[in-house]
Amino acid sequence: MNDSTLIRSLHFLLHILTALLLPPLIPGLINKVKALVAGRQGPPVLQLYYDLARLARKQAVLSRSTTWVFLAGPAAVVAAGLVAALLVPFGHAPAPIHFQGDMILFAYLFGLARFATVLSALDTGSSFEGMGAAREVTFSVLTEPALFLGFAALARATGSLSLSGMLASPGFAISRATGPLILVLAGWMIVFLTENSRIPVDDPNTHLELTMIHEVMVLDHSGRPFALVLYGASLKLLVLGALIVGPLLPRTSHPGLDWLGFYGAMALLAVAVGLVESCTARLRMNRVPQFLVAGLLATAFAFFLLQA
Amino acid sequence: MILLALCALLAAVSGVPGLWLRTGGGKAACWLLGLGALAGLAAAGLVLGGGAPASHALLRTPLGTQGFLRLDAIGAWFLPPVLVLSCCGSIFALGYWGDQREGSRRLRLLFGLTTAAMVVLVAAAQAMTFLLAWEVMAVTPFFLVTAEDRDPATRRAGWIYLVSTHSGTLCLFAAFGLLAANSGFLWLPQAPGFAASQRGTATFLLLLVGFGLKAGIFPLHYWLPVAHAAAPSHISSFMSGVLIKMGILGLVRWLCLVPDPPVWWGALLVVLGASSGLLGVAFALAQHDLKRLLAYHSIENIGIILLGLGLGTLGKSTGHPALQLLGYAGALLHVLNHSLFKGLLFLGAGSVLHATGSRDLERMGGLARTMPITAGAFLAGSWAICGLPPLNGFVSEWLIYLAAFRGLAFARSSWSVLSLAALAMIGALAAACFAKVFGVVFLGHPRSPEAAAALEPPRSMRVPMGLLAGACAAIGVAPALLAPALARAVAATGLAGPADLGGLAHLGTLTWVALPLLACAGLLWAWSRRGARSRTGLPTWDCGYAAPVPRIQYTASSFADGLVSAMRLVLWPQVRWRRVRGLFPSQRGYHSHVPDPVLDRLAGPGLDLAARALSVLRFFQSGQLPLYLLYILLTLVALLVWMVA
Repeated sequence: MNDSTLIRSLHFLLHILTALLLPPLIPGLINKVKALVAGRQGPPVLQLYYDLARLARKQAVLSRSTTWVFLAGPAAVVAAGLVAALLVPFGHAPAPIHFQGDMILFAYLFGLARFATVLSALDTGSSFEGMGAAREVTFSVLTEPALFLGFAALARATGSLSLSGMLASPGFAISRATGPLILVLAGWMIVFLTENSRIPVDDPNTHLELTMIHEVMVLDHSGRPFALVLYGASLKLLVLGALIVGPLLPRTSHPGLDWLGFYGAMALLAVAVGLVESCTARLRMNRVPQFLVAGLLATAFAFFLLQA
Repeated sequence: MILLALCALLAAVSGVPGLWLRTGGGKAACWLLGLGALAGLAAAGLVLGGGAPASHALLRTPLGTQGFLRLDAIGAWFLPPVLVLSCCGSIFALGYWGDQREGSRRLRLLFGLTTAAMVVLVAAAQAMTFLLAWEVMAVTPFFLVTAEDRDPATRRAGWIYLVSTHSGTLCLFAAFGLLAANSGFLWLPQAPGFAASQRGTATFLLLLVGFGLKAGIFPLHYWLPVAHAAAPSHISSFMSGVLIKMGILGLVRWLCLVPDPPVWWGALLVVLGASSGLLGVAFALAQHDLKRLLAYHSIENIGIILLGLGLGTLGKSTGHPALQLLGYAGALLHVLNHSLFKGLLFLGAGSVLHATGSRDLERMGGLARTMPITAGAFLAGSWAICGLPPLNGFVSEWLIYLAAFRGLAFARSSWSVLSLAALAMIGALAAACFAKVFGVVFLGHPRSPEAAAALEPPRSMRVPMGLLAGACAAIGVAPALLAPALARAVAATGLAGPADLGGLAHLGTLTWVALPLLACAGLLWAWSRRGARSRTGLPTWDCGYAAPVPRIQYTASSFADGLVSAMRLVLWPQVRWRRVRGLFPSQRGYHSHVPDPVLDRLAGPGLDLAARALSVLRFFQSGQLPLYLLYILLTLVALLVWMVA
């Protein structure tokens, strides 16, 4: 085994371990930041790990109206998230799986996760969960094109048709693509907040009254299925976050530094999300589409700027 | 090619034994169609597998120049969906439309004839054969659609179908006439420069209207929702799965003949595709009738196919073989995929209709518990039509996306970015629509006593659904197996370079993503199931708001309301409801309906208006013979005067 193979397999191993173990840390960080801003001590940063361990030991209760679809939903969400995590580069090393057109698969894996969650919510027969499901699919109609227009702009700028090429392309900061890149990332930040059901689109804090989308859909999950739901949500934070921090990372001389840079950037992103949640309120539901259209327009402008 | 002739013959006579048999006519038809399908599939396999040369003149004309049937790679690509859906439909009919039911003989006979006409059509090598087969294929479905002709709505649907198909055929006659003046009745590649000429433009537009009426391109789609809703479900499955694809076949054949399509052709196809796709899915979202909804989804999928064709044509006219290859490959693969999953969905809708006696989504619910197999098959179809991995819909949409991404690097990239945005939005809307359909029909609690009493259909109806679902999964997980055949079909569209599909799209990689995805989901599902107990009798928790009656559940209309009201400027929904007043309101009710924009808002009122405006002409049509003789005399005198002067 020569050196490059060794380094590649190390990267691969680190990538898998990051995808498997890191996600629950991100919501913990966000919550800690929110607590500190509010002047509270807040739950420990590792709280979600404890929660997951506890839920994995608990028994789930199934409603009499549910079918196998109810349990398949969370499983599909985590499976899709894990496969998506293999497609996106963490930092500058190419992702474990990369091929031409993998960004399309990446986007559709999230579509799959959404479809599965929505079906699992509708399986309970509850109208509250139906409302959450309806909102989820409604907002995705605007986030999907924003995601794809962002991919189009990056593909145009880098000439690559793979996530690893688009996101890890060096020298963004000095090229003429800087302006469009900022627009793409601004648009994707809106997609990130919406897809992860964060403020200002949805309030993840509470199960009732304030929350409108994601937490509504998973009201009836308990035990292991709920553990999968929570883990899947944190995985989504990591994977979509990697999409945003990837193009911003400076390229360093050492791969180890690259990884450290990636972890630092993810932590910064979590802090940023926590700060946004601390200083803004959730939008009214009928205002959300305007917010999403802003994201769509930002990515569309990015593309047209590159075109000019 | 004797196999193809055998296939057409067996299909054509498949309904004949049933005319005399008291029982078992359906089974005889199934066997004959099955044998015919085997022969046809073998023929298609030989051509697509490369074992036989790409063309076979079946019969020679007396002059010995050109056969009138020729199975080339494109024909061979369109043949398998026809045969598979025809077989599945006839098996499904055993349980769905039994031998005792009225009209079963007529239905079987004409079903076989339609299949045979399509087999001839895909292999037609010249205009006359094509038009003959086209007309047979276009007229017989009128009798299939009107199987339940006691219902006035069905008779109306039949008439609408007949009028639209004849208008389309008229355009085709005109177009083929123009072509015949140029190159005779044989289908020869057109000379360079013809496409850009006025005659070429006229031919293209006429063909687009003629084939577009059959394919259901928006705004020529108006017959689809009515006809598909009225026809028996296995007929809808066949019509939506393959009949409308014959319009696409026509367009593909024409695009193959033109070596240098102008750029605006591709652009027009992309625009038509984007509008068909978006409007199709938008109107589907607003429907309450299961089969109407599926019919609007066919319009959407025709839009997706047109996006691929448009991108491919742009590649052809601008000289980018990669774009042409990916665009055409995506479009052709979507033709196959859509026929599989839409056929499956219509059969599933047929099972639901069979079990509950209703097509109204608001009366369904909870069918997944009583009809688990139908539910599983319907879920597979929904999954595939939303283009979600790892089923087949994703593969073809992926190819079209790849074409659009490739097109970004070339000139005229605005068409590519339009396709991208449209495809992304169509995908999200389709997922919303099928979440609604599957959620409302199969999940939750039954909303009506009929839905509560629904039973799984007989095996003859479950088997075809299982077959189609298996085909969807197989293509989705291992698309690389189809790649050589697909590349051969695309190569027939006049590709400048080699058809190196594998070099442009790594279809094999999709398998290596799909398998871990499935394995991981399966393991997690088993893990979460082990820790769950289903205590019967516990209701949904829902924060303590246990639903007292099933009617309180979210309905199909309420699920789609956010999107429908956001698109109200396009959809123009009609809503009637009484404001609730007082403490104990007695009268309540809410009705919403989204009529078809072309048929109900444009054509219907427009034709009524025309009939009223032209009623003055009835004065001349008094029905008295002397008056008509007078007209003739006057005309003759007028002609005489004109000739002398």
